[in-house]
Amino acid sequence: MKTKRLLLGDEALALGALNAGLSGAYAYPGTPSTEILEFVQANPLTAERGIHSHWSSNEKTAVEEALGMSFCGKRAIVSMKHVGMNVAADCFVNSGMTGANGGLLVIAADDPSMHSSQNEQDSRFYADFAFIPALEPSNQQEAYDMARYGLELSEKYAIPVMVRLVTRLSHSRAVVEVDEQAEPQNELHYPASPRQWVLMPGISKKRYPVLIEDYEKLRDEAEKSPFNSYTDAPDHSLGIVVTGLAANYLAEIFPKGCPFPVVKISQYPLPTKMISRLFDECDEVMVIEEGQPLVERQLRGLLDRHGRVYGKLSGEVVRTGELTPDNVRAAIVKVKGDHEALMPQTVKGESQIVQPRPPALCQGCGHRDVYGALNDALAKFENPKVFGDIGCYTLGFLSPFNAIDTVVDMGASITMAKGAADAGQHPAVAIIGDSTFTHSGMTGLLDAINEDSPILVIISDNLTTGMTGGQDSQGTGKIEDICIGLGAAPEHVRTIDALPKNHDDLVALFTEELDHKGLSVVVARRECIQTARRHASAKNKK
Amino acid sequence: MKIDIVLAGVGGQGILSIATILGAAALRENLYLKQAEVHGMSQRGGDVQSNLRISSEPIASDLIPLGGADLVVSLEPMEALRYIPYLSPKGWIVTNTAPFVNIDNYPDMESVMGELEAQGNVVAFNMDEMAKEVASPRSSNMVLLGAAAPFIEMESSKIEDGIKTVFGAKGAAIVESNIKAYRAGREYTEKLLAERKG
Repeated sequence: MKTKRLLLGDEALALGALNAGLSGAYAYPGTPSTEILEFVQANPLTAERGIHSHWSSNEKTAVEEALGMSFCGKRAIVSMKHVGMNVAADCFVNSGMTGANGGLLVIAADDPSMHSSQNEQDSRFYADFAFIPALEPSNQQEAYDMARYGLELSEKYAIPVMVRLVTRLSHSRAVVEVDEQAEPQNELHYPASPRQWVLMPGISKKRYPVLIEDYEKLRDEAEKSPFNSYTDAPDHSLGIVVTGLAANYLAEIFPKGCPFPVVKISQYPLPTKMISRLFDECDEVMVIEEGQPLVERQLRGLLDRHGRVYGKLSGEVVRTGELTPDNVRAAIVKVKGDHEALMPQTVKGESQIVQPRPPALCQGCGHRDVYGALNDALAKFENPKVFGDIGCYTLGFLSPFNAIDTVVDMGASITMAKGAADAGQHPAVAIIGDSTFTHSGMTGLLDAINEDSPILVIISDNLTTGMTGGQDSQGTGKIEDICIGLGAAPEHVRTIDALPKNHDDLVALFTEELDHKGLSVVVARRECIQTARRHASAKNKK
Repeated sequence: MKIDIVLAGVGGQGILSIATILGAAALRENLYLKQAEVHGMSQRGGDVQSNLRISSEPIASDLIPLGGADLVVSLEPMEALRYIPYLSPKGWIVTNTAPFVNIDNYPDMESVMGELEAQGNVVAFNMDEMAKEVASPRSSNMVLLGAAAPFIEMESSKIEDGIKTVFGAKGAAIVESNIKAYRAGREYTEKLLAERKG
């Protein structure tokens, strides 16, 4: 039996996995992927079946945990934002070599247009060089359907499967037809070729050619995939390859159907025969893909001698930012002019008085007090440098604080401050949140402890993973113990409440530790105002 | 039926509840729906928008094309202006006129109102005041939903059912207060449209 539900792309995928007999979901929060694990956590089936749904410390631990579950024959998913793939990459790439046993989906949610991210990297490249098949849903229904399909594909070929999402699908709701019943879960069982899971050179050397061979079998699967299609049309002057969401934008701008043949790709490796037919039957080809030009580069080749391909590299399709119906239309118009089949369009001019409204730290947020006091404590220095990190407190870069000099990746505040101190910089300050600290800050802190680097590490502890909406933070209640356990001198691991009334104490504490010629940690603590409100209203209800 | 709506406001104002209510109503009516929202960093007091598309036919794109929106529905007047290029030539703007000033260079209100009125098809009034008067200060978004409702081909009772679904867990008093706010907004627009016809 089927029923209809209104679901985000993230939720549709999560529900698809639950209904396909999921045993474990793993993740570290990251926009736009967070709602996948949140949906699993909130679903009644999770408690009923004891499905794993706890947050992991970071994306690498999450993928490894999911791979361990797959090794034991059970179905698992692991989800993260695109940059989380960089953290997870060591395990992800090697999981192609080990293969999977129980179905394993690695879900990477990309963020073209950088709505909430520092870059536009395209996760399909990871799948491509790891010889791991990838699915790229073009709508919420496909996201739901692909969960089961992907888990089955994973078990059939004993290989993890990537599902690549983008913000506009992850965070867009639609009506989805879903099953009312969930399949049974797998029983514990072990891999058919257990030696393959020990990646010693002698074993890997035998495995690698098999992996490459399997990838060609997966290409055959893509040729007959229900998610890839060749749709013929009368005008063969142009053929169009679309991936993921681009298919929808093409359908939007040609309401009566696209006049040119279209190959729609939602499963990789690329179906060579399908694309070859498009090249045979059409004079020219346009590639419209969300993200970086992965398909286009393969079709052009390095020398691009045939000049028959339009896309991001030749400038017809936007090179940066997400696709929209409007820029897909503009791409078609560049090649085919104002085609009669295009949806008519009249666009009013922009208002000239509208101003940008950037995001800001909430009123009542402890990060505000930390930056206010830090700026005062640093005022006496000529060239203080503050190394920032990833989280709400990244907003400390903006006015009125203008308090940080760098933001790169999770955990880089501590290690970059250390590198700066190694170069002779003083003062060198790192500012990092509690969740980011346990994600990737601890190992860097160990480096700094081992050399007693003269840096001040401020852990701005709001007891949650704030930017993504308040998920449990893995270090809550243990931050000072972790620092001391790693070897930080207890007298230089200081704690203070980040409150406006403590401003002078905060300044004094920072000043003292800035003057210390070795490693200092200040834990400035105050519960996130958003989660505090939520906890208060939950308490009132009781 | 087919309607494309750009919902606009400032992070935290509650535009997503409007989308959720219309979504619940659309699902019950067996209509197709797509609704793209903004989560994450952009929510912290910055500008937020959501594209809401409801139709009796399947919907292709999650995003509304430029010049395609039948309605721009906004909880904040300058935010309404931000989406003018998305408005179709026959489209309507329905907006709260109470400004949310959290930036130094917020334009002066006279020019904001001037640009709004220049659009012709506009329903603009102080929804914060109306909410305070008839229900509670927190229900401006339901006044806005009511003010937009006459442009949406859905029975008013179905939208009210949506309000009950979404606020049901918060108790009967909250549901009732939100429905009051919704009805007040709806009456305002109905009266305005009747006057324009007359």
